Amino acid sequence: MSAWEPVIGLEMHVELDTRTKMFCGCAVTKGDDPNSHTCPVCLAHPGALPVVNQRAIEYAARIALALHCTVQPRNIFHRKNYFYPDLPKAYQISQYDEPLATEGWFDYWVDGETLRCRINRVHMEEDAAKLIHAGGDAGRIAGSDYSMVDFNRGGTPLVEIVTEPDIPSPEAARELLQQLRNLVVELGVSECNMEEGQIRWDANVSVRPEGSTGLGTRTELKNMNSFRYLQQALDAEIPRQIEVLEAGGTIALETLHFDPGTGTTTPLRSKEEAHDYRYFPEPDLVPLVIDPVWVEGLRATQPELPAARVQRFTGQYGLSRADAVVLGSSASMAGFYEEVVAAGAAAKPAANWTMGEYLAHLNAAGLEAGHGHVTAERLAKLVKLVEGGTVSTSSGKEVFALMIEERAEPEAVVEKHGLGQISDAPELETAVARVIAGNPAQVEQYRGGKQQVLGFLVGQVMKATGGRANPQLVNELLRAALDG
Amino acid sequence: MSGLDPLRLTAKVAKRLLVDGEVSAAELAKTYLDQIAAVEPRVKAYIRVTYDNAAKYSTKVDREMQALRGPLAGLPIAIKDNMVTEGVTTTCASRILRDYMPVYTATAVRQVWDDHVVMLGKTNLDEFAMGSSTENSSFQTTANPWDLATVPGGSSGGSAAAVAAGEALWALGSDTGGSIRQPAALCGIVGMKPTYGAVSRYGLIAFASSLDQIGPLTRSVYDCALLLQHIVGRDPRDATSVALPEPVKLPDAERLDGLRVGIPAEYLAAGIEPGVRARFDETVARVEELGGICVEISLPHTEYALPAYYIIAPAEASANLARFDGVRYGYRCEDPVDLLDMYERTRGEGFGPEVKRRIMIGTYALSAGYYDAYYGRAQVVRTLVRRDFERAFAGVDLIALPTTPTVAFRAGSRTADPLSMYVCDICTIPANLAGLPAISIPCGLSDGLPVGFQLIGPAFSENRILQTAHALEGAIGFDTAPAFRDSRLEVRQ
Repeated sequence: MSAWEPVIGLEMHVELDTRTKMFCGCAVTKGDDPNSHTCPVCLAHPGALPVVNQRAIEYAARIALALHCTVQPRNIFHRKNYFYPDLPKAYQISQYDEPLATEGWFDYWVDGETLRCRINRVHMEEDAAKLIHAGGDAGRIAGSDYSMVDFNRGGTPLVEIVTEPDIPSPEAARELLQQLRNLVVELGVSECNMEEGQIRWDANVSVRPEGSTGLGTRTELKNMNSFRYLQQALDAEIPRQIEVLEAGGTIALETLHFDPGTGTTTPLRSKEEAHDYRYFPEPDLVPLVIDPVWVEGLRATQPELPAARVQRFTGQYGLSRADAVVLGSSASMAGFYEEVVAAGAAAKPAANWTMGEYLAHLNAAGLEAGHGHVTAERLAKLVKLVEGGTVSTSSGKEVFALMIEERAEPEAVVEKHGLGQISDAPELETAVARVIAGNPAQVEQYRGGKQQVLGFLVGQVMKATGGRANPQLVNELLRAALDG
Repeated sequence: MSGLDPLRLTAKVAKRLLVDGEVSAAELAKTYLDQIAAVEPRVKAYIRVTYDNAAKYSTKVDREMQALRGPLAGLPIAIKDNMVTEGVTTTCASRILRDYMPVYTATAVRQVWDDHVVMLGKTNLDEFAMGSSTENSSFQTTANPWDLATVPGGSSGGSAAAVAAGEALWALGSDTGGSIRQPAALCGIVGMKPTYGAVSRYGLIAFASSLDQIGPLTRSVYDCALLLQHIVGRDPRDATSVALPEPVKLPDAERLDGLRVGIPAEYLAAGIEPGVRARFDETVARVEELGGICVEISLPHTEYALPAYYIIAPAEASANLARFDGVRYGYRCEDPVDLLDMYERTRGEGFGPEVKRRIMIGTYALSAGYYDAYYGRAQVVRTLVRRDFERAFAGVDLIALPTTPTVAFRAGSRTADPLSMYVCDICTIPANLAGLPAISIPCGLSDGLPVGFQLIGPAFSENRILQTAHALEGAIGFDTAPAFRDSRLEVRQ
């Protein structure tokens, strides 16, 4: 295959965790009885009017600021018109040519390398209601026996984030999405719960000859409700486009539906469903005038965000950039690590234990940092035991496993299972003597000047003591016995 | 017993009689219900008369008069049927809302209810307030009490006819392009459109959101101010509502010394019928007799106001009326085969022809490729119209215009030609486009039919308008009792 490169852009929708809806006082909830949080406004009864939720604007502005966007001092809402039963007014109040915030960027990491993606815009809108189709096939309205509408979700504040087409690969797209989700969660404006659809995304993708700067015709991919599906869909769509182009064909500007079952993309919308949304300024709302002082107030009270934290970790704890990324990109992991250090563990070994044993434990148990079966305090104690020489590194790992199994303090585990390091010379001398006696050939070689054999002999002593011997002391005792 | 004359009684007098104990609220309500019984078969001003409500609340006011000594307590009112009223059907004179029962009450209505006015019923209108004759109602055609063969104007024709015919002491209407002032003029009563935002639109079923405004229809300027006092105010449920910079005062002016009134040359050049022009000129002369100074001014973009309005209003309406889709409330077609069929038939069967025409015009004007040429340009014109007024108000205090180019016309005479109907609003539309307050007061008769005199002021100049109208009203001395003639039955001489 000759050289083609993909160009990917993402469009994300995030439901905000505000107390009330975007344009009325109904509570934003999950899991309550259908249509239990509705009012004339979110049911679009005749005469009802929208009023902007200021907290939603604050949350959206926080996202915009974290993405280095300019929050516009004046922005306006538009009506986006289309008929569908989940849209009670038959228009969505959204933003169009004067959005809340524009022109920012987001730095993210792929394999330890920092990539920058420009952000086109961040804007506010309202979510649609939830449709449930009964009977028929595949939960779609066509062919169903009847449909039900739950308006509880209708009117939930929704932020749309649109990137520029700056993403170079499917893997990068997945990384960006994951890291951007982390960012939003850390801002405290949305839990971005994926099962509940609190964060949703579409991808735009085109290909072009490698090194060229133009953009090819793009397709829009939908129905990728996991990070993995996003990557899979792009992995399927990019070769499809290349194949079409190499065969002399052209790419149609269309919306494609990703089928996780087959791993393929198929056209979703036929032409007759193409929408003319007839956007026009929402006359029921006045332009949103945003005081720059208010924006600066938000900026000053933003929480520490991953990029800044990674930077801080390299300086404050002397971590490598790669380690700082692993520990610093998510608030939960960073919080746990900093607790371990605060409990007295040295920064570097604390980092190694957190990224090593602890992260492996989280992955195995499917838990989030801070919710594992070892507290930061206990891990700090273990790190100190190892560093202080009470427990050897290899025994330390066993201690860690037993701490989980027995939900116990490290000291208790060491005590109970006799995993303390042997630093008692007489006890070790016996083992040393036995190893020297049992390995005459190696002893001969060492004495003949082949110093590296010492390592083998140390290993034999360690093995004989179940890894508990203090390696430093074994070293000294062996040298004394062999050289003496 | 009361001997009250509902064709001449004002709220000012009725209130004094109530407070003095000369009449009870129940007697007052009965006066109007009796008049409804007598003339409603001919006038057809109401879509629904709320007899029980009127009886119940007027009795309650009498029983608790001391406690309910509200400034409007016991004064009977009619409400245009495009303001939602909890527990009383609200139809917008449309089949699509024929049996719609609102779950809340419009803010402006709530305000007068809280002041213990007694609601007599919901009045007829052009469907969704789209029209100038009330002939676009899906249910009935309202007659003008001055000549039952003619239209009462519209779209608040039901409210105007009810007040004129003595079927209500006063009424609330809504004005998008003249829908309060034009029927008030044709029915010989007072009608006012306040500054855009002065009265909450929450609960007013939207026609064109950036133009709609609720206002009073009354028998006198004093009554107009009294009712306006109780409906203005910032409403947290309407983001476009504002607090007036000064409270509405009850007018008492008798002179207009030093008041500068502008007469725009453009309007008088364009198709005002001679009888209307004569009454207008006489009224201008009265302004000067009262000490005012009338000067000719120019509003150069006048000719573009009407076409701009008939782009902007339908465009907004096309979105505002999209919610009537048969999904949640209102009319739904029988046995739809699928979603599209339900949408198409529900709306096709539910809306009348004028509403459909405007939805189509509006949809077209907002469509991709046409937006700039239509909606975009109309908004530019709107800005130019607004600037015309700003420039004019640098030199004058108020602007005077006839309210309508003609007096009330024969029912059915314009229904075949929508443009001839649209032209009715030529003198009233500019105030809506610019968001300005304007009043129409009766200034005499032409061929036995009332002529309206319109005053337009800068934003928030309600008090100046009311004082001026009050002084003129006194000088004109118009008798608001209509003749109830029927020119169809008269033998031509």
